Amino acid sequence: MKITLAHGSGGLSTGELIDEIFASRFSNPVLDKMEDSAVIPGAGTIAMTTDSFVVDPVVFPGGDIGRLAVCGTVNDLLMRCARPKYLTCGFILEEGVDSELLAEVVTSMADTAKEAGVIIVAGDTKVIEGNGGFYINTAGVGFVDDGVSCESANCKDGDVIIVSGNLGDHHAAILSNRMHIENNIASDVAPLNDMVFNMINDGVNIHALRDITRGGLGTILNELADASGTQMDIYEEKLPIDKEVEGFCKILGLDPMYMGNEGKLALVVPAEDADRALNIIRNSKYGESAAVIGNVVSGSGVVMHTKLGGRRGIGVLVGEGLPRIC
Amino acid sequence: MTDIKEIIDFLKNYDGQEITLMEVCGTHTAAISENGIQDIISDKIKLVSGPGCPVCVTTSAYIDRLNELACEEKTCVVTFGDMIRVRGSQKSLRDISAEGGNIHMIYSPLEIIDLALSDTDTTYVFAAVGFETTTPIYAILIEEIIKRDIKNIKLLTALKTMPQAIRTVYNKGKAIDGFIAPGHVSVITGSKEFEPLAKELSVPFVVSGFEGEELVASIYALVKSRDKGTVINLYKSFVSENGNEEARNLVSKYFEPCDAAWRGMGIIPDSGMCLKKEFEIYDAGSRELVADNIFNKKCCCGNVVAGIMSPVQCSLYGKECTPQTPQGACMVSTEGSCYHYYMNRRRGL
Repeated sequence: MKITLAHGSGGLSTGELIDEIFASRFSNPVLDKMEDSAVIPGAGTIAMTTDSFVVDPVVFPGGDIGRLAVCGTVNDLLMRCARPKYLTCGFILEEGVDSELLAEVVTSMADTAKEAGVIIVAGDTKVIEGNGGFYINTAGVGFVDDGVSCESANCKDGDVIIVSGNLGDHHAAILSNRMHIENNIASDVAPLNDMVFNMINDGVNIHALRDITRGGLGTILNELADASGTQMDIYEEKLPIDKEVEGFCKILGLDPMYMGNEGKLALVVPAEDADRALNIIRNSKYGESAAVIGNVVSGSGVVMHTKLGGRRGIGVLVGEGLPRIC
Repeated sequence: MTDIKEIIDFLKNYDGQEITLMEVCGTHTAAISENGIQDIISDKIKLVSGPGCPVCVTTSAYIDRLNELACEEKTCVVTFGDMIRVRGSQKSLRDISAEGGNIHMIYSPLEIIDLALSDTDTTYVFAAVGFETTTPIYAILIEEIIKRDIKNIKLLTALKTMPQAIRTVYNKGKAIDGFIAPGHVSVITGSKEFEPLAKELSVPFVVSGFEGEELVASIYALVKSRDKGTVINLYKSFVSENGNEEARNLVSKYFEPCDAAWRGMGIIPDSGMCLKKEFEIYDAGSRELVADNIFNKKCCCGNVVAGIMSPVQCSLYGKECTPQTPQGACMVSTEGSCYHYYMNRRRGL
C-alpha cells in the first residue's frame, strides 16, 4: 500500500494508518489510552530534548531512520547523565511512502526503544505532497539522579579525554550507500545507556559527556574547549578508527575528525577516574574500542599532536559537510 | 637507507642556506597541514603552496557561467561540493540555489548518468574542473554518454594541465628551490613529465605520496638535491616513469590541448584541455571563459596559488575572510591553502 494525502486527513484513513502501523508496535499503557496528551509519572530533575531526522536513505547498513530517531534523542538525554524514560514521535510522510517500508522502520523504532528502556507515550502523523520520503521528530524526557551534574563547562585542566569507540562509522556508511560503494562499513547507530549507566552507578566523576554526531569529534572538542575555557590536546596515534573506514576516508579525501557517528561519545573525567571509566566503557555494550585520546590543558582550542610529532590545530567544521546523514 | 627519525632530526635541525619548496598539489597542501609538518621542520625550510587546487585556480567567468546555466529553464548544474561555495564575480552556486537555481551535488562524475536518465527533459551540465588526474574520468563519461546515446548531458570544462603552470609560477613568483610534484597527476603523466622542467629550471622535483612520512622523505630529498635539475620518484608504488598511457589515450580521443585561464595568473598558453571540435555538442560553452573579476578586490588568492604570498600576508585573512565567510576560492576549497592555514593554523612565512 502507498500512503496518500487521505492518510493525513485526520479521518478514517488516518485512524487506519495509526492502528495498522503505529499503535500495535508502540503499544504501552500510556499510549494505548489514545488521549490528546500523555499523563505520566515522574519527579525530580528532568532532562528534555528534541531532534528531527531526515537521513537519506531511510534504511542503511547498520540501521534505519527509526533506530536513529530513538538513539539520537536517547543519547542526547544520556549526555546530561539523565536516565531516558519517555519519548514522543512525529512522522511527516510524503505521499507515496510504501507502507511496508514504514512498518519496517516503525518496528525497528519500537525494538530500539525497548533496548533503550524508553516508552513512546505520544505521537503524530502528517502527510504532505512529495515523492515518498519521510521524516521523524522525536522528543524525550529523562531524569537526572540527585547530585549528578555533567556539562561542557565542567572540563578542567588535567582531565582526561576518552572516546567510546571508532570514529566516522555512521558517516562513512551513509556516504558509501549514496555512492553505491560496496564495503563492510556499517553505521554504529546505538543507544548508549549501558556505558553511561554503568559509569554513573559506579560513581565515576563525569565532568562532561557529548555524543559525537554531525560535525564530528573535531567540532565537539572545540565546543567543550569553548564552554570550559580550556584547551583539548589529543594524540593522532590514539584515535580509534576502523581500518576500512580509514581507507575509505583516504580515498575520498575525508577527515575522520569531522565525520559523524550515531553511537559514540566523548567523555571528560578527572585523571584519577580515567582508567576506571575506560574499563567500564570497554566492558559495556558498544564500547569495546574505547580509548583515551588526550588531555584537557590550560589554553584554548583543540590541538592534535600528529604521529610525526607535529602539531595541528583542529578548527570547527565549516562548509557543506555531508547533508542528511541523520 | 636513512630512517624516518633521522630524516625528521635532519629537517628539524637544518641550519643551512634558506630553502623554499613548493607543494604543487592541493592534496599535498592538505596533508602537510594535517600532519603538522611545518611544525617539525626548521624555519629555514619554507613550504609554499602552488597552483594545484582546481577550485582555487578557476576564474570568476567560469563560475558566472555555471550560475547562468543553473537559472536556465530545464537545466541542472551538477557539481562536486567544493565548487558550490566559490563566488564568481558576485554570487556562488549556493547563492543561486537559494534563489531557486537548479543545482545538484554529487560525489562521482558518473552519478550524472543516473540523473540524466531519470529526467530526460532536463539538460544536466557537469562542472568539469580538474587536472590530468580527473580528465580521464570525464573522458570515460563522454565515452559512456556516446555509447548509451544520452542526449541531455553536457560538460562545462575548466580542465588544466600542470607543466606550463609550474613554469609560469616559477618565472613569476619568488625563488623556488624545489617542487613536490603532484602525486595523483603523476600517476597519469608519469614521473618523466617533469624531467624537461627540472632540467630547464635547474631545480629538483620529487614525486611524493600523501602520507606524512612520505612527505617528510620528499622534503628531505629536495633539500639534499638542491640546485640539481633532477626528478626523483618516491611514490613508485603508484607512479611509473611513463604513467598511465591508456588513460592518456582515452583523454586524447575526446580532448585536445588549449590555452587556459588561471585565477590570478591570466591565460597560460597550452595549459588546458578542451573537448575536440567533433565533440563540441557535449560542451556547455567552456571556451572564452577567461574573465576574472573576483568578488573582493583585496583577495590575494591569485598570489597565494602562485606561491608569491603566504595566506597570512593577505589583509583579509582571518578577518573578513574565514572558511565561514570566504572571500576567495583558496579559503573555500578543502584543498585551498588559505583554508588549511586557517583550519590548522599552519605557520606563515
